[in-house]
Amino acid sequence: MIKLQNVSLRFGEREVFRDFSASIPLSGVTAVSGPSGAGKTTLFRLILGLQKPDFGTVSGLEGKRPAVVFQEDRLLPWTDALGNVSLVSDEKRAAEALAAVGLSGSERLLPDQLSGGMKRRVALARALAYGGDLLLLDEPFTGLDDESKRAAAEAIRRAGLPALIITHDASEAALLGALETIRLV
Amino acid sequence: MRPEKTKVILKELAILAVYLAAWEAASLLVGKELLLPSPPRTLARLFELLGQPESWAIAGMTLVRILSGFALGVAGGILLAVLTARSRFAEELLRPLRSVVKATPVTSFILLALLWLASDLVPLFIAFLMVLPIVWTSTADAIVHTDARLVEMGRVFGLSKAKILLKIYVPSVLPESLAACTTSLGFAWKAGVAAEIIALPQRSIGYQLYESKLRIETVDLFAWTLLVILLSMLLEWLLVSCMRRIRHD
Repeated sequence: MIKLQNVSLRFGEREVFRDFSASIPLSGVTAVSGPSGAGKTTLFRLILGLQKPDFGTVSGLEGKRPAVVFQEDRLLPWTDALGNVSLVSDEKRAAEALAAVGLSGSERLLPDQLSGGMKRRVALARALAYGGDLLLLDEPFTGLDDESKRAAAEAIRRAGLPALIITHDASEAALLGALETIRLV
Repeated sequence: MRPEKTKVILKELAILAVYLAAWEAASLLVGKELLLPSPPRTLARLFELLGQPESWAIAGMTLVRILSGFALGVAGGILLAVLTARSRFAEELLRPLRSVVKATPVTSFILLALLWLASDLVPLFIAFLMVLPIVWTSTADAIVHTDARLVEMGRVFGLSKAKILLKIYVPSVLPESLAACTTSLGFAWKAGVAAEIIALPQRSIGYQLYESKLRIETVDLFAWTLLVILLSMLLEWLLVSCMRRIRHD
């Protein structure tokens, strides 16, 4: 269980969280939803330990290996799709993950030769190939058409890992079969 | 050979012919070989020099001195770049040193080096000083501007420090560092030969240039200078070819 207890965080004048508490199960799929600026990505960063709260505690990921899709694709521009995915896994696994998200045949393309949706799928393939303990996905379906979304959701489900998905779109959470939704306002 | 490549070569030969014609015209106009020898005389002397093993030994020694200084400058520049990019204290401590090296006239360094070092080492030291600040500044800048989000991604995925260095920092920094190497090689070469002219190490192109000037053998002066230019172009071409290969790997 990931636990956020009495978390408070400000960026200058802007208060993102005040005495915020939540529990996120490390099983099944949990969604975090809310409008833009509600603090979804900040929550994601707090959970990953990339952002420290001003007050309160975040726990539950100690010793775990999260497989992450960041809000941005964060692909290495100098290496191809296969190189990007095999950065965190072996090449066989990387090729399988790319195939699972519908990118067979695009392994040798560089990021600047990929469309926005294809880049997103490479970032997802990287997380799937990593083979961590849980998936942390920040808006993983951005730029994907309906068919690609369904294929990507299927690949995530097949991974069989507990997942936390950050999304502003309730239908995307439903697509992954999210059991629980944490709403930020 | 592909037609486009043939076209490029023909164009370059035509440009070369224009320059040679201008040189010949100027030489005829001046009318004194002592002041401006003609291209055929200079080229004949150059080929004569190239036919002598001693000339190759002299050019080889100059190359060894300057390339050693260049290699040391690149290594030192990268080392200092890593240090100053990672430590604010080191950056503040070493910034004045970099500014001094950049601002000091080459001739001052050559004269000082003459006091401190054997004449053979002066060109090496000067080449080192030419390369060091250029590679240092460019590489440090590239390290600082490496996309922090990519480094963060690497850490989140549990990559080792060595893998983050090799897979993220090195490819990110490489284009800037290689460009700095190309620029600084030209400076090192020119300043290195200038240092040889002043320090006069035996078996050096600089010594030959000085001797030619002393004996008022302008044809020799031109032929050795032409050799310096050709070697500089050859070195730059070799370095650029190596860089292309490294970038594509």
